[in-house]
Amino acid sequence: MEDLNFQHQVRARAGGTRQRAIVGVVASGNLEVLVERSLPDAECVVDIKTAAMGFGAVWSAVIGDFVERYSPGGLKFSINDGGARPDTVSLRLAQAVRLIAEAGQ
Amino acid sequence: MTSWQNNRAARDARIAAGAGLARGKVVEAHDVTRLLEAVVRSGDRVCLEGDNQKQADLLSRALLAVDLSKVNDLHMVQSGVVLPEHLDLFDRGVAKRLDYAYSGPQSARIARMLFGGKIELGAVHTYLELFARYFIDLTPHVALIAAVSADREGNLYTGPNTEDTPTVVEATAFKDGVVIAQVNEIVDTVPRVDIPADRVHFIVKADKPFFVEPLFTRDPAAITEGQILTAMLAIKGVYAPYGVQRLNHGIGFSTAAIELLLPTFGERLGLKGTIASHFALNPHPALIPAIESGWVRQIHSFGSEVGMDDYIRARSDVYFTGSDGSLRSNRAFCQTAGLYACDMFIGSTLQIDLQGNSSTVTTSRIAGFGGAPNMGADARGRRHPSEPWLKAGAEADPDGSALMRRGRKLVVQIGETFGDKNVPLFVEKLDAIELAEKLKLDLAPVMIYGDDVTHIITEEGVANLLLCRTAQEREQAIRGVAGYTDVGRRRDHGMVSRLRERGVIRRPEDLGINPLDADRSLLAARSIKDLVRWSGGLYAPPSKFRNW
Repeated sequence: MEDLNFQHQVRARAGGTRQRAIVGVVASGNLEVLVERSLPDAECVVDIKTAAMGFGAVWSAVIGDFVERYSPGGLKFSINDGGARPDTVSLRLAQAVRLIAEAGQ
Repeated sequence: MTSWQNNRAARDARIAAGAGLARGKVVEAHDVTRLLEAVVRSGDRVCLEGDNQKQADLLSRALLAVDLSKVNDLHMVQSGVVLPEHLDLFDRGVAKRLDYAYSGPQSARIARMLFGGKIELGAVHTYLELFARYFIDLTPHVALIAAVSADREGNLYTGPNTEDTPTVVEATAFKDGVVIAQVNEIVDTVPRVDIPADRVHFIVKADKPFFVEPLFTRDPAAITEGQILTAMLAIKGVYAPYGVQRLNHGIGFSTAAIELLLPTFGERLGLKGTIASHFALNPHPALIPAIESGWVRQIHSFGSEVGMDDYIRARSDVYFTGSDGSLRSNRAFCQTAGLYACDMFIGSTLQIDLQGNSSTVTTSRIAGFGGAPNMGADARGRRHPSEPWLKAGAEADPDGSALMRRGRKLVVQIGETFGDKNVPLFVEKLDAIELAEKLKLDLAPVMIYGDDVTHIITEEGVANLLLCRTAQEREQAIRGVAGYTDVGRRRDHGMVSRLRERGVIRRPEDLGINPLDADRSLLAARSIKDLVRWSGGLYAPPSKFRNW
């Protein structure tokens, strides 16, 4: 297991009012993303527990592009990764933002 | 006096030597090894029918058991090296030299045996190439083939999996060779005559039906969102703008996803009737929903697929069938059709380099070429025009004279940037080059050469290589869809964004596709059971796919 942590300053707060959401599953080649609206509006944190060692640079690139594209301000992401491919990671993060942007609790 | 019929006399002598073991043409299964010892001569070129799917397995075992003092050092000329027995022949010394096209399940062992010097390799071919050589310099002395049934005269019914048989028999029987067929049963009258009796010299009833591998079945349950996204990009980014109607799909989950998106995503885009209507393709179960929805007009097949027989029989408007109603496949004709009459090939691969060359060879596996290089190559002898072909030609050479400009076949490589176990699809140098150096081959085993590739599709977007004007643009177009692989992360961001402005690279959003819409609910069938339902119960999947 490897633990990674990324913190970004972002330009805008994520939309919606929902407080937390979960997408994906913990399985080989897949990942689970828990997203919580728990940070100041200009911050974003991504915590990763991954089964695959030595992919820090790829994670950094994936998270960097994601933050740039979706501006997920105020959100903390906790990822349980089962060795998912980078494209699957991007997709799950985008799905998490879409889900928490919905109206609700 | 010079004799001009030595080969015919030698053939007649071989047949006479075997005749003592036969009643008419029929030889009992327990006498087959003795028959082969009588008919086959050391050093002969032998075609042991190993197709992509159908295997003359009884004859393989019988050949393996020959007395080495009578038969040895054979030169095997067969398209598929698929069964363990095919390689046991070399371990035992029955055979010495090999010319082949495809080695699928034996790819790791064949590599070890080539390194170990157990096999003297002629060359690895494409199917059409090896078939061509059957008629020029690799004509078999003996062909050991497989059929469904025979009558007592030796007329053969090869059934849905006719595959290579007519080609092998044509080359052997008409050039003084001996043809021996294993059949599942001997009947009074065959359902249809696929091979006439005067081309068949001995028939053997096998104790069990010949082995057929279900190679072309992909379980929709295993299709990922990433594959659905790349399939959406393919349909909207390539099939639609070129109006591709005549095509071949490789095997793999990305093309299975395309087949399953035609009746849903394709229908919504209003593309029915304008794309994907005429195929050179095996009977892929994943195409059933598109056929049932009226997308597909006609399919010609290289071989058949396990479980599809009743469905094909009931859909003869779509498939090629014989007087008995069952499928007639023919690999040589279908390869020719794919080469000359299709405007697009789309398939996956294992490695793509910075020039767009692709290979399925890794340093420990030599899978051979099969048919992809013929499907995935511009046919330089093509002369008939079609819209997709002309449009692709114009994109490659916009300033050329319209009347003198060749068209281009669309050769599309589709895949996710990372494959199984996070292995990157894009590499700086193909493993095939290292392999060629190790084995001292004259040529690296390249599946599709970069100068034939027109488009590369990944989840990151579509790269249109026809629009690249320099080697540098081409490299950056490839890096620009290579995602988070090392190749992708080393892109020149400025150049990639300029290529995107020119439409050389198109991202999902450039095509109006939201990656979040790439959902399994878009698949017309999400399981094998759904395919059975679409077929009205006519598709009978083999047990390994019955997971419900």
